[in-house]
Amino acid sequence: MDIIFKLNGLDHKLDVDPDMPLLWVLRDVLNLKGTKFGCGRAACGACTVQLDGAALRSCSLPVQYAAGKSIRTIEGLGGTDDSLHPIQQAWIDEQVPQCGYCQSGFMMATAALLESNPDPSDEEIDNALTNICRCGTYHRIRKAIHKAVSLSK
Amino acid sequence: MSDIDKKSGAWRQNRRGFLVKTGIGLGVLGLGAYLSKGLVRLKIAEMVDNASASYNNDQGPTVWFEIKEDNTVIFHNSKVEMGQGIHTALGQIVVEELGIQWNQLRVVAASTDHGPTDPRATGGSDSVSSLWEPLRELAAEMREMLVNSAATLLKVAPSSLSVTNGVVKAANGKSMTFGEIVKQTTTWESPKEKPTLRTKDSFQFIGKSMPRVDIEDKVKGRPIYGIDGMFPNMLYGAIAFPTVVGARFKSAKPGKAGEVPGVVKVVIEDDFAAVIARNRTAAEKGKEALEVEWDIPKRWTQRELTAMLKVGEGDDVVIQDEGSAESLLDSPEIIRSEYSTPMAAHAQLEPNGAVVWVQPNRVDVLISTQVAKITRSEVAKALGMEEEQVNIQPMYVGGGFGRRLHSPHAVQVARLSQAVGRPVHCFFERKEEFQNGYLRPPTNHLLKARLTDGKVEAFEHNVSSGDVAFPSPMFPSWVVPIVGADFGAWRGGRIFYDIANKRTVSWRAQIPVYTSWWRGLGLLANSFALESFMDELAHHEQQDSFSFRVNHLGDSEASTRMKGVLQAVADATGWSTYAVPGRALGIACSTDVRTPVAQVAEVSVVDGAIKVHKITCAIDVGLAINPDGIRAQCEGAIMMALSSALKEGLYVDENGELGPTMYGSYPMLTLREAPVVEVIILETGNSPRGVGEPPMGPVAPAVSNAVYKLTGKRLRDLPLKLV
Repeated sequence: MDIIFKLNGLDHKLDVDPDMPLLWVLRDVLNLKGTKFGCGRAACGACTVQLDGAALRSCSLPVQYAAGKSIRTIEGLGGTDDSLHPIQQAWIDEQVPQCGYCQSGFMMATAALLESNPDPSDEEIDNALTNICRCGTYHRIRKAIHKAVSLSK
Repeated sequence: MSDIDKKSGAWRQNRRGFLVKTGIGLGVLGLGAYLSKGLVRLKIAEMVDNASASYNNDQGPTVWFEIKEDNTVIFHNSKVEMGQGIHTALGQIVVEELGIQWNQLRVVAASTDHGPTDPRATGGSDSVSSLWEPLRELAAEMREMLVNSAATLLKVAPSSLSVTNGVVKAANGKSMTFGEIVKQTTTWESPKEKPTLRTKDSFQFIGKSMPRVDIEDKVKGRPIYGIDGMFPNMLYGAIAFPTVVGARFKSAKPGKAGEVPGVVKVVIEDDFAAVIARNRTAAEKGKEALEVEWDIPKRWTQRELTAMLKVGEGDDVVIQDEGSAESLLDSPEIIRSEYSTPMAAHAQLEPNGAVVWVQPNRVDVLISTQVAKITRSEVAKALGMEEEQVNIQPMYVGGGFGRRLHSPHAVQVARLSQAVGRPVHCFFERKEEFQNGYLRPPTNHLLKARLTDGKVEAFEHNVSSGDVAFPSPMFPSWVVPIVGADFGAWRGGRIFYDIANKRTVSWRAQIPVYTSWWRGLGLLANSFALESFMDELAHHEQQDSFSFRVNHLGDSEASTRMKGVLQAVADATGWSTYAVPGRALGIACSTDVRTPVAQVAEVSVVDGAIKVHKITCAIDVGLAINPDGIRAQCEGAIMMALSSALKEGLYVDENGELGPTMYGSYPMLTLREAPVVEVIILETGNSPRGVGEPPMGPVAPAVSNAVYKLTGKRLRDLPLKLV
């Protein structure tokens, strides 16, 4: 079955199993490995992408429901000239990632948050970012979000 | 994986590695046969606790450093990067001694084909401390080899040459870059004398918070982890795993697995069954359709497991005995308390698995592993090939924490690739990570103390624990009867205070659940017990928790450093004058890999819930290579230990299965609950000591001690719960 959607600004038409989670379509059909698998049950957030701007845990969306939508992954967060998004710059400035595996999910969830709420309070950040980080970079994530806000101004 | 032979044949190759690491000479082992086993075990325990890290290198500098004609230097690192920042910290050591610019450096994980291959593993907080001397010597040797070659090419004396920023300059003004030298060199001349190493006062990189070399790839989402691995023409595997503790594979029938669209092959062997498909979704659906029979001789209960973990049950080994603790504590006037901790999962975000391509005369493996050498050996043996035919390419690890110190799944995936004649990508589901890996063992502690004139006169710590080191392929099984006690289980359990009469006994509980390495090993559980009990004693004597600890530390080097970190956190938090309504401070300290750490937790209790506002941490690292890296490791270890202190626990349920089995239902610390963390770095030495695990120790007792001050309730079990 042909499924059509926009990904990182480009149109895609794919012949895939409509039940296949969007996560595996991104990773294994389109070879975009930046979106990660952590649990497959939308419990950890490692697979977070933006779907029409909103944060979405892609492991739990059968790809057929992405039809006609616009998706952005970590590969599309920065510029096409390989320039960094303010969130990525803030993440580097604060030296946030340790193992880094959960971080694309955190950055995409942050992108979704800041697009709807450009200067969130700590309470609003806590509510929006429920992703899991086992390396324990939470302290720096919070600092980096505030840094990204100021970089965007 | 349920059928793994935990003591694999690889132990023979590791025999020398293990002996070198702990410095146990063959003489001591010979002695063990004749002297009392107890005395030998006591001596071994003391040596293990005080051992400094060592690295057994057998590769020359041209294996470690690949200098390109464009003047970049590729550092082939035998240690893997799991977020602990060692690519960067070790890279700083290389840049410093080699004499290049920071932007010339590229760091890669060494494949086993290329080398150097670590003789043991990445872990134990010893990557930087063990390579501190060897890596500087290797880099200095490489630098001198470049100088010797430049001398020949420029026709000047080597003594007239100097090295700066990757350029060799002659006194007469001529110069050559490293890249130019390499282009014109076919054989290298090793220096005749041991090169002099740069000194602390000349350091330009060591001691600075150089930015992490791997962070740009990580924020751009580059495909750098094991699970991101790809080979041409690759298929996807899914292996059937049992859910019941102690279940073993009996047999399997394909059922409807072969009919699932996308399934290419059903693989049924003597010890496991699996499905290979064109994509992961099809492989998972195929696996569900398999008909697998499990042999379940018994369904274990949590009650049975807890009963096995009792001080007094199982084999006991005395691992510390000074003065007359046993007789002094044989009295009704002693204080005694019991503590316990549950099993816990690593819960690292990247699941285990491997990407394996078995070819007619060669195997390529892409894997997030901490043990490339053992994995190569296990894969070669399973396929009946020579080790040289198997190449392990370690990838960036999406969370290690000790979970990657055994990678038997590489063997299973290799067998799948062999069965189907194509590369296979196969990774655990999250439920399988919880149920079919290995866990931090549960513990039970009994502590006794006798107080005289406000001081501890005698102190005994009994710790009953599941195994940590014994089941590992790194640990030769013949050593078990000699060492007696699992050093991983009792790690952090020996009493470091200067008390004349002290005794520590390790009790071995052999439980049916596979337990092994978890960040800090026994440090978290043992520190919780020891430092909570120490606090009980302080309160019993109506003494301040900070002063009570200081009063039990003498003037040895270790005790002086411990007093240093305690003073640092007391000063930073205004301990003696602290008075914030509704909040209290708790203090605790521990030592691990000879790195002392003290922490103060600022806590409040709201509606019976424990809220940690801030943790102040002081750590004496000897010599700091990258201060920000040290801070990051402390922050991370504190979050992980706090998560165990407040939330985590894995148990056997009414069906004999381990659970919870998913993020969310397995409660972990989230951003909302993360405290502010302040790190104070002390440097009282000339060489770097371990950082990754030591900060795990004081967290739980510091929090619990604060809770006691607020509520009068002494919590003796993890996770800490008031209601």
